[in-house]
Amino acid sequence: MQYKDTSDLEISLLLEAIYRKYGYDFREYSQAHIRRRILNRMALSGFEDIAQMQSMVLNNVPFASELLQDLSITVTEMFRDPAFYRSLREKVIPILKTYPFIKIWHAGCATGEEAYSMAILLQEEGLYDRTTIYATDFNQLALNRAKEGIFSNKLIKEYTSNYQLSGGKESFSSYYTSHYDNVIMNQSLKKNIVWANHNLVTDSVFAEVNLILCRNVLIYFDQNLQNKVQSLFYNSLINGGILSLGSKESIRFTDYFEHYSELDLKQRIFKKKY
Amino acid sequence: MQYEAIVIGVSSGGMNAMKIIFSAMPAHFSIPMIIVQHLGAHSDGQWITLLNDKSQLEIKEADEKEKIEKGTIYIAPPNYHLLIEKDKTFSLTIDERVNYSRPSIDVLFESAAEAYRNKLIGIVLTGANNDGTKGIKRIQECGGLTIIQDPKTAESAYMPKAAISAIEPNFIGSLDEIAEFLIKIEQQKR
Ligand SMILES: C[S@@+](CC[C@H](N)C(=O)[O-])C[C@H]1O[C@@H](n2cnc3c(N)ncnc32)[C@H](O)[C@@H]1O
Repeated sequence: MQYKDTSDLEISLLLEAIYRKYGYDFREYSQAHIRRRILNRMALSGFEDIAQMQSMVLNNVPFASELLQDLSITVTEMFRDPAFYRSLREKVIPILKTYPFIKIWHAGCATGEEAYSMAILLQEEGLYDRTTIYATDFNQLALNRAKEGIFSNKLIKEYTSNYQLSGGKESFSSYYTSHYDNVIMNQSLKKNIVWANHNLVTDSVFAEVNLILCRNVLIYFDQNLQNKVQSLFYNSLINGGILSLGSKESIRFTDYFEHYSELDLKQRIFKKKY
Repeated sequence: MQYEAIVIGVSSGGMNAMKIIFSAMPAHFSIPMIIVQHLGAHSDGQWITLLNDKSQLEIKEADEKEKIEKGTIYIAPPNYHLLIEKDKTFSLTIDERVNYSRPSIDVLFESAAEAYRNKLIGIVLTGANNDGTKGIKRIQECGGLTIIQDPKTAESAYMPKAAISAIEPNFIGSLDEIAEFLIKIEQQKR
């Protein structure tokens, strides 16, 4: 692939244009990541330069939505990082059991695998009936797929193995029915999940929750934006509430480090101090 | 010319290759090295401890937003792409695999080429796929120095061969010769 060198200026102008026209704010995302996605799209769509792409973004809504999909990375798995889910069972569930009602927020839930994993875990721990799971993302297409709860059966082998490694207590196949090349998640898993469109950069606090999972979302943000989003999380958690990040994410470099204690440092599970 | 960073891509046969290069580096070797090695997604990093025992330089997994420091060897964590920002910090992503790989050598090399321009050295070593070919080309386009392991000396010749078919590198050699060459370059800049 041959592409012309593109200045940072052109990319920041493009991001500015997307923000002003559509309200999606990528201006404080990881620059190296954004550059890579934009140059990929430019090559795929055969544009000569960013300026040409910018005019397309401004004048062609379907193209703009396509670019938004490129900038939202929905790669996910059920029971991704089994050791994390084991730690959830061992260290977080006992805390949740002390509450009469439980609210959980999956911020950046992509196509829903993480929320379904949580529903399964809560069912097995006998907590699902008193829980509401808010699963949010700013990518409406991903949310629509999450709501359907239909996944390709090519993935099931890996998910089953993740589930078993995570300390699953049943047979994983009891949570779905097969339908041609797909599996359909059980209706009983969906009943307490509320799917909602929420943008972590531009929307505000929406609930008082006991547990927040925001995994593999903050890696895409620069330090300043991470800090802002941490403030949103801090203000959404009840005292003693739990924050779970992705296995390579940290709150060490944010202003909120002091406000949490470590429940499991390796699995990035933190507890908001009273 | 002051080189500010070295990026290395290595796949099958990589363990051995890294052992040879890292153990040849003297303690005062100051240019940071950043490595993508293809490994299984659940690899636990035990091997980093092993390599550390063999090296006079500190070897560690690259952390998200970490600042790149002199005299340190950074390894991409398994199952994440590793990118370099213009402010010389790391970003991690879980984007789709590239060349069937995550981390991908091309992803590291392309972002490093943008961040360091002509102050970068790129190295492609032994491996059985063609990850790294596009990346090393980009490094050359940005004026960086390119080094490829002599396929005849590689445990797996495919990856260095693919890279050589895409560019004419500044240096081709065995692992020992590459280590020697790097040490010489680093001394020149003083
Ligand atoms: C890599 S996925 C992570 C999915 C899941 N949490 C996991 O770890 O498997 C990142 C998700 O974050 C979402 N995202 C990115 N920026 C966002 C924002 N500003 N507001 C809400 N969601 C966002 C993307 O749409 C994508 O679905």
